[in-house]
Amino acid sequence: MGVEGIGARVVRKEDKRFITGKGRYVDDIKLQGMTHAHFIRSPHAHAKVKGIDSSAALKMPGVVAVLTGQEIVDDKVGNLICGWAITSKDGSPMKMGAWPAMAPETVRFVGQAVAVVIAESKNLARDAAEAVVVNYEELPAVADVHAAIKSGAPQLHPEAPGNQVYDWVIGDEGAADAAFAKAANVVKLDVTNNRLAPNAMEPRAAIADYDSAEEHFTLYTTSQNPHVARLVLSAFYNIAPEHKLRVIAPDVGGGFGSKIFIYPEEMVALWASKKVGRPVKWTGDRTEAFLTDAHGRDHVTHAEMAFDANNKITGLKVKTYANFGAYMSLFSSSVPTYLYATLLSGQYNIPAIHAEVIGVYTNTTPVDAYRGAGRPEASYLIERLMETAARQLNVDPAALRRTNFITQFPHQTPVIMAYDVGDFNASLDAAMKAIDYAGFPARKAKAKADGKLRGIGVSCYIEACGIAPSKAVGSLGAGVGLWESAEVRVNPVGTIEILTGSHSHGQGHETTFCQLVAERLGVPISQVSIVHGDTDKVQFGMGTYGSRSAAVGLTAILKAMEKMESKAKKIAAHALEASEGDIVIENGEFKVAGTDKAIAFPMVALAAYTAHNLPDGMEPGLKESAFYDPTNFTFPAGTYICELEVDPGTGKTSFVNFVAADDFGRLINPMIVEGQVHGGLVQGIGQALLEHAIYDSNGQPVTASFMDYAMPRADDVPSFNLSHTTTLCPGNPLGIKGCGEAGAIGASAAVINAITDAIGKNNLEMPATPDRVWRTIHAA
Amino acid sequence: MSTVKLTVNGKAVAVDVEDRTLLVQLLRDHLNLTGTHVGCDTSQCGACVVHMDGKAVKSCTMLAGQADGANVTTIEGIAKGDELHPMQAAFRDNHGLQCGYCTPGMIMSAIDIVHRHNAQGSGGRLDEATVRHELEGNICRCTGYHNIVKAVLDAAGRMKVSQAAE
Repeated sequence: MGVEGIGARVVRKEDKRFITGKGRYVDDIKLQGMTHAHFIRSPHAHAKVKGIDSSAALKMPGVVAVLTGQEIVDDKVGNLICGWAITSKDGSPMKMGAWPAMAPETVRFVGQAVAVVIAESKNLARDAAEAVVVNYEELPAVADVHAAIKSGAPQLHPEAPGNQVYDWVIGDEGAADAAFAKAANVVKLDVTNNRLAPNAMEPRAAIADYDSAEEHFTLYTTSQNPHVARLVLSAFYNIAPEHKLRVIAPDVGGGFGSKIFIYPEEMVALWASKKVGRPVKWTGDRTEAFLTDAHGRDHVTHAEMAFDANNKITGLKVKTYANFGAYMSLFSSSVPTYLYATLLSGQYNIPAIHAEVIGVYTNTTPVDAYRGAGRPEASYLIERLMETAARQLNVDPAALRRTNFITQFPHQTPVIMAYDVGDFNASLDAAMKAIDYAGFPARKAKAKADGKLRGIGVSCYIEACGIAPSKAVGSLGAGVGLWESAEVRVNPVGTIEILTGSHSHGQGHETTFCQLVAERLGVPISQVSIVHGDTDKVQFGMGTYGSRSAAVGLTAILKAMEKMESKAKKIAAHALEASEGDIVIENGEFKVAGTDKAIAFPMVALAAYTAHNLPDGMEPGLKESAFYDPTNFTFPAGTYICELEVDPGTGKTSFVNFVAADDFGRLINPMIVEGQVHGGLVQGIGQALLEHAIYDSNGQPVTASFMDYAMPRADDVPSFNLSHTTTLCPGNPLGIKGCGEAGAIGASAAVINAITDAIGKNNLEMPATPDRVWRTIHAA
Repeated sequence: MSTVKLTVNGKAVAVDVEDRTLLVQLLRDHLNLTGTHVGCDTSQCGACVVHMDGKAVKSCTMLAGQADGANVTTIEGIAKGDELHPMQAAFRDNHGLQCGYCTPGMIMSAIDIVHRHNAQGSGGRLDEATVRHELEGNICRCTGYHNIVKAVLDAAGRMKVSQAAE
């Protein structure tokens, strides 16, 4: 490892612009002649749109246009799509209602747009929106999954009778039933995985610019995957062919999944830009984010786990109701199925698993992937079950886990996934040591003497990242392949540009990706730049989500580097009059092994471009590209242990210690990896203690601002004690597993297991607010 | 419309704005100082924090007119040329930022916190609990605050040293 190579804690290259206020986010961009959009959104959860009167608004100064849902349908802009086809257990395809970018006839959640005002300024657009009169006929609404599937419930879409999108199953029901028939003990648990609002700090924004001479659109947007956005806007929404549509995602202020999706506002901005013949800008406010950014989680689950007399798990049965909200968002269908139920084996040997997932429409904001996407729900369920089982079977929770750990790899679970490598005992050992698990009873006794209830909670998570082998996801219904592309451009003076289809919105790619180049070529990272986020610059890419950028995106860069190095070695060998096989790369030089003959990398680059003395038949230039399709999912895993105290008088929880021992395979930049874990842990802790996107029974959102929705703040959370155990991923040449979501996947179970340990009652729903904890303590 | 006269990052400016214009709009839309961000519109998240007459204020929650005659410093105005403010350097060195969106407001709030505590003399030593409590008005979704707290404590030391040197 060099000072800037793989494994080095390199300070981030991108930081300078962010700490000096020079970041360039979408809302920072101004175009000549730019107009501003303000959406008119439904205040009702379910209603017919009977009429829109914009005559008064159109007379107001500075108003350019008022455009409605009927007009966007008339112009044949396509309905929003869901890109992953799921088949129900009866063989029928999932049942989807139409989702136009603005509603022409029926609104189905509060915040759904029915019209848009385009004006000379943002304030004028807001003023005019107040003058647009929308006549609604209210319809009965339903927000809760159980209410939505009852007979007589309000129906959202004629295409989906009973509000049911699908009834999907995985695993072997007969084998699971047989295991339960023979079980020595059965543990049962009902859990709700609370609905969350992603809340990237930068609200979504879009600027669309139509060039009528070229019939070409440019879209600046807050996207985690600009190429996917272009593909969908082009192929499904009929905005423009791909070569007439450039999508730029500049600095993006956090995503956490919510900026994967192509939203109505971007479609409307593009369409409106052509309509009004001027650039159109829309920047959402925080309440719009709460109302329209895809939410996360929202599962209601009943699960049962069967044990034999030796406390070995013999079977698992799960039934989950997943709330999809009012429409099927881009990847929503895959989240409670292939990203959830395929992880229900956890870190454990479970011979028989059967899971049923029922997807349900409700009059709420659409739900889709949010940090972890299905895997937090699976991990939370399994780890709450293990804790419940340990209490019921009266064994130590860590010991029960150890009894059931998978220890032989590869391991084929009964739910598709084939775990390639891991060492679950190692991460459990590391976490137990870090928190002094053995010393806990004494600390609990001391706390009790001080009037506090102390608890400890273990969570052993596993997840699937590096999403994903294209053939595998294709066979499961995905509409796209999930490879990544890269291009290595060496300039004549030896500086290097790396073009990647991954997108950085906080992950630090501009640093970590350079570290791979520094490792291989020995050049300083200041000589390397990372180009991403612009469909005109990078040919194609699948973007950043599912902790895939290092395992998939960086491997694509490695493949392109290898091709480039191979050509560079030929050039060096020719210049040094040596055999290509004798050339080695050391400290920025191409050397003839075992001699002092060497040529510096910039001279190799220059030789490639002057082309005065290249091997016969070689093309000039030094630029290579690669597409990399992963061979398997990767399986990051680890143990989190939380120790906390509950004040029995108030129900308030205070952290004592939180330790994390993760196995992410090889780390490129441990500093950045730790930052990813810290952030993920706080999102998991936020779910456990604070966050809940709440609707009343009529579908009215109760939590649509930071005044109502409890975001984790600095004094709500502790500092963390992190460590790493390492098994290298055999599925990619760098041995990387991915680290972006682990914290959010594993943390919430550790917290709830600790609180329920402290208070001595097992049933406690998230978020465990002081009120809820106090009531649970004092419940009969 | 009104003319608001103020000093921003050491430069006197006079800007004609609608009366309802917020200070953050004046900075971003009229002066192109886009380092100050808007994250919530309800005074909760602190992405918009700037200094007015040396104190941290949320620029999304005051009218531009209220800053008439004031001395405003934004994230663009705290480095001395190429020399970063110690708080900026500490955020970079401690990986106290990821997506960068909350960062300008965090840095401006953190400088104010350190100033207030350093001003209390040797008794004003910042500790982790105090930093966490005082950052209550700034929300970050990326870092989990761990490295932000480290950065603020690191910078508090650096700023004390540089204060002593001056």
